[in-house]
Amino acid sequence: MLSVDRVHKSYIKGGFFSKEIQQVLTNMSFECGQGECLGIIGESGSGKSTLGRLLLGLEKPDSGSVLFEGNKVEDRRARMGNISAVFQDYSSSINPFYTVEQALMEPLKQQSRDYQENQDKIDLLLHQVGLNPSYRKKYPHELSGGEAQRVCIARAVATEPKCILLDEAISSLDGSVQMQVLELLKSLRKIYNMAYIFITHDIQAAAYICDRVMIIRNGEIEEMVKIEHLKDVQSAYARKLLQMIIT
Amino acid sequence: MKRLQFLLKDKLAAASLSILVVTIVAGIFAPLFAPHDPEEVHMELRYAASSWEYLLGNDHLGRCILSRLIFGIRPSVLWVLAALAVSVGIGAILGFIAGYFRGLTDAVVMRICDVMLSFPGYVMTLAVIGILGVGLENILIAFVLMKWAWFTRIIRTSVMQYAESDYVKFSKVLGVSDIKIITKHMVPVSLPDIAVIASSSFGSMILQLSGFSFLGLGIQAPNAEWGMMLNEAREVMFSKPEFMLAPGLTIIVVVSAINFLSDALQVALDPKLLASKYKLQGQGPASTARLQGKEVA
Repeated sequence: MLSVDRVHKSYIKGGFFSKEIQQVLTNMSFECGQGECLGIIGESGSGKSTLGRLLLGLEKPDSGSVLFEGNKVEDRRARMGNISAVFQDYSSSINPFYTVEQALMEPLKQQSRDYQENQDKIDLLLHQVGLNPSYRKKYPHELSGGEAQRVCIARAVATEPKCILLDEAISSLDGSVQMQVLELLKSLRKIYNMAYIFITHDIQAAAYICDRVMIIRNGEIEEMVKIEHLKDVQSAYARKLLQMIIT
Repeated sequence: MKRLQFLLKDKLAAASLSILVVTIVAGIFAPLFAPHDPEEVHMELRYAASSWEYLLGNDHLGRCILSRLIFGIRPSVLWVLAALAVSVGIGAILGFIAGYFRGLTDAVVMRICDVMLSFPGYVMTLAVIGILGVGLENILIAFVLMKWAWFTRIIRTSVMQYAESDYVKFSKVLGVSDIKIITKHMVPVSLPDIAVIASSSFGSMILQLSGFSFLGLGIQAPNAEWGMMLNEAREVMFSKPEFMLAPGLTIIVVVSAINFLSDALQVALDPKLLASKYKLQGQGPASTARLQGKEVA
C-alpha cells in the first residue's frame, strides 16, 4: 500500500549560500501493507522524523519515490483523506483558536457530507476516543495532555484513512496515560482496520502495538524484524538497543 | 461576534471603541455635525473665548474651532486610516506569501524589504514631498511607500512561527489546499498580531501626519487639519495658550483610544489570554477574603 523505494534525502547545512550538505536518509526501501502496524525505531537524529515527513508528503525525497497505492504521496490529491497523522507535541497540534468541535470539523469538511452527518460523526469520534460530548466546546488549552492527544487521534481517524502515521505520538505523555492511549490505538485499529506507522524511540511501546519493527540508524535501515522475532535480532546495533532496555 | 462581546466587557476598550466610532462617524458626516462652515472668516471674533454659538471659541481668523476640529477628522483620521489599510494590506499579502511558502520567494521579498527599510523614513517622506510637491495625498503616498516593508517583515515573522506548527502540518497531510490553510488557520491566528501592530502604527501615523502638517508640508490652508491647527495656535502660544488645548487634546484622546483598543484587542482575540484574564478575576475576591482572615487573626 505504502511503498518507499530507494529514497535519499539531504539538507543544506548553514546559511543561504552554503554548499555544505548533510545526508539524512540513504537508500531507504521498505513497504507497509494494508492494516499492518509498522514500528520505526531509532535514536534521536537517526532520521526517523525526516522519514515521517517524507511519508506524509510534506517534503520531497531527493531521489527515489514514496508511493501510496501507486501514486506519489507528494501529490495532495493522492493522499486526500487517505493518510493522516498524530504528532508528538499535543499542545501545538490543535489550532489554539479552534474548539474541539472545529478541530474535528476540519478533516470532515474535506469529505462531502451534510451538517447533521458531521455532527453525528463528531459525537461518535469523541465517544470512540473516550471523551464525552461536553468536550466539543473546549479550547485546546483547557485540555490535559492525554485529552488533547485523544482529540488529535479522533481527528486523525475522522476521514477513516487507510494509514495513520504516529510520530512520537505517546512520547510526551506520562506513563499511565501512554498505556491508555496505546490501548485506544489498538482498539481503533480493530474498528477501522487501518495501517499504523509508529515512529518512536520507545521499543517497549513499539513491541506492544506493532506487527513489525524497523530499526534505523544514521539514516539507514539497520534491521527489519517481525515482532515475534524481536529477541533474536541479527545486527550488533539492534542487540545493543535491546540490551539497554532489558537491563 | 463572540469576540466583540468579550471586547466590550472591558470598560476601557468599550470606551475607546466608542470614542473611535464617534470620531469616524463625525468625520464622515462632518457637514451634518459641524455647527458652522470651517472656513468662514469672522475677523470681529478673533481669539474669541467659547460662547454658546461657538462652543470651543474662534481662532486667529475668527473661524469656529469646533467645526474645524470636526472637519479635521477627515485628513487626520480617515485618510490616515485609508493609507494604513493600504500598507497593511500590501504587507499582509506579501508577509503571508513569504512566511508561509518560505524558500526563494521569502528570500526575494525580504531582500526588497531590507532595501526599503534601509532608507530613513523621514528623509524618504521629505524626498517624496520634494518630488511630488506639498500636499496631503503625497504624504500619504510616502507613508504607504515607507510602511509596507515594515508591515511585511513583522507579519512574515508572525506567520512563520505558526506555519511550522503541527496543526498546519496536519492540514497539509489531509490534503487541504494552501489557500485554504492560509485563510482558515494562518489568518485567524496571526490576526491579533496584525491588529496590534496596525493599531499602534495608526497612532504614530496620526502623529506623524500632524507633525508634517505642523511643518506646513501636509494639507494646505485654509483646509482644517489637527496638526495645522496646532501650528496656527503656536503663534499665540505664550499669550493665549488655551488655543493649543482643543487640537492637542483631541490628538491625545484619539491616539490613546487607539492604543488602549489595540491592547484590549490582543486579549479579546486570543482565547488563551482571555481565559487567564477571567481566571484572575475569579481569584480576586478569594485572595482578598484570605487577607481579611489574616487581619482578624
